Amino acid sequence: MSTTDLSRDGVRSARGTAMRILFALCAFLSILTTVAIVLTLLLDAVDFFAAVSPLEFLTGTKWSPTNEPVAFGVLPLISGTLIVTFGSAAIALPIGLLTAIYLSEYASDRRRAYLKPALEVLASVPTVIYGYFALVYVTPVLDTFLPLSTFNALSASIMVGIMIIPMVSSISEDAMSAVPDSLRQASYGLGATKFTVSTSVVVPAALSGIFSSFILALSRAIGETMIVAIAAGQTPRMVDLTDPAGLFLDSIQTMTAAMVQIGASDVVGQSTAYKGLFAVGLTLFVITFAMNLVSEWVASRYREVYR
Amino acid sequence: MSVETGRDEPDGESAFGTVSRTKDVAFRYVALVATLVGIVSLALLLANVAADAVGWLDWQFLTSPPHPNPFEAGIFPALVGSIALMLLIALITFPLGVGAAIYLEEYASDGLLTRFIQINIANLAGVPSVVYGLLGLGLFVGLLNLGFGTLLVAGFTISLLILPIVIITSQEAIRAVPDSQRQASYGMGATKWQTIRNVVLPRAMPGILTGTILALGRAIGETAPLIMIGAPTTVFGVPNSLFSKISAMPMQIYTWAQYPETEFQYGVVAAAAVTLLVVFLAINSIAILIRNRYQQRTEQ
Repeated sequence: MSTTDLSRDGVRSARGTAMRILFALCAFLSILTTVAIVLTLLLDAVDFFAAVSPLEFLTGTKWSPTNEPVAFGVLPLISGTLIVTFGSAAIALPIGLLTAIYLSEYASDRRRAYLKPALEVLASVPTVIYGYFALVYVTPVLDTFLPLSTFNALSASIMVGIMIIPMVSSISEDAMSAVPDSLRQASYGLGATKFTVSTSVVVPAALSGIFSSFILALSRAIGETMIVAIAAGQTPRMVDLTDPAGLFLDSIQTMTAAMVQIGASDVVGQSTAYKGLFAVGLTLFVITFAMNLVSEWVASRYREVYR
Repeated sequence: MSVETGRDEPDGESAFGTVSRTKDVAFRYVALVATLVGIVSLALLLANVAADAVGWLDWQFLTSPPHPNPFEAGIFPALVGSIALMLLIALITFPLGVGAAIYLEEYASDGLLTRFIQINIANLAGVPSVVYGLLGLGLFVGLLNLGFGTLLVAGFTISLLILPIVIITSQEAIRAVPDSQRQASYGMGATKWQTIRNVVLPRAMPGILTGTILALGRAIGETAPLIMIGAPTTVFGVPNSLFSKISAMPMQIYTWAQYPETEFQYGVVAAAAVTLLVVFLAINSIAILIRNRYQQRTEQ
């Protein structure tokens, strides 16, 4: 009797161990994914850097992977990415922060209950549709009062900005909600208005969470692909600070858009352009991964303070 | 003199009070307007695209293959491709995502390794989708030779892309199961696996399903990875094996959006965008329905 019980237990625990190992493998798959990303990017990037010196890649001011004379300077792509990132940040950071303040400090529970999901829709709309919106609706409207090119950085920046608003607002709002009520009550007790409490107490107290949301949103803007590939054009050029109007009004090319352009063309597997794709991908991955890590680290600071 | 100062002081104070109150009210409206900016602009754009799609989005459009003539163009292969792709992604991500979540929530100790996996998953969720496309191109197309733009490669690539989201939401659902229920199960003599299978998973399932379906909604809109793995710009037939080359709706929209003709820009693409949005909203509303039904049941 006891032996059969034992064997049943043995079967049970053997199955338990098997399940445990199976689940552990699923979790380790995420580490494998990261390793696979780094390896696939590195392998082809190393080939690329055998043909093009890293110095030339990082300091070259001309990007022309498929047309003669070929040039593989990544700076024009980085500057295009910076223009879109800066433009979308100018829209998303203030609007997202004000939204977070409204949701956390002013909105009634009922209003918040439908505003929050409505905002989250912004982040989930397929980006190819945003790109299409920017190209066929936003650009013609802006064109009526601005000297725009058909493909331009401005429409793309506006659309990317709208898309990343919820990333700023929801993380910032979480940080603001984590600010203890006693701080607000103390401020009201001194006769402060809601405006003063929001801007002088809640926002400073939630600053690390707000910064973390900013960094995450910027990282998204840097990695956003379809909006810029469709609406911002394919003109890799350096930032020309002597012509500030031209920064946004003309066509540019971001790192991601350049990747899509090479990916959609029929370059062969062994060509330098194909390998260059991975070098740009590696650059993009390193930048966004570093930003995500920083955001994670900054966010962990406010969690510790109020828990 | 005394009368004047008596008057001055309250006047000064109330002026100060009015100013700060005005500022308060003004700020409230500024914040409200900022909150509505994104929602209203999206609503306007959606209204525009819906108006443009009228007359183009019809049965002929839904059942025809792409065509260079905008009046004969249709989205059928891309629509079927998207649905097939989504089913494949669901089959891959659901077991893997839930498995990883179970390990992290139920088995893993609070050690350094667990924290490392956790940070790694959070970071993977922030890797740009175009980089996942490169992973697919390098690994599944280059190394494993599964073919450019096939259903299988697209399924694997986008599965890896949404896996972190599925894991994170599944973890939240599992964490929400009260510990007392686990203790009760152990008290009855159940093993860990029995407890997970009979107590934890059934309770967490609505949350897990909601998260997975929302992630699938995201997957259906992904375009950049498909471009990178070499999905063909135009496909005329429906996929009939895992190794068929497929198209998907966002890919088709991207291709059509580059056509210069007005009939494409404001007609065919608008119809395709509305089709994609309808499928996307249908998926999301299924997720919301599951969540609502679950919430009502727990309230009873």
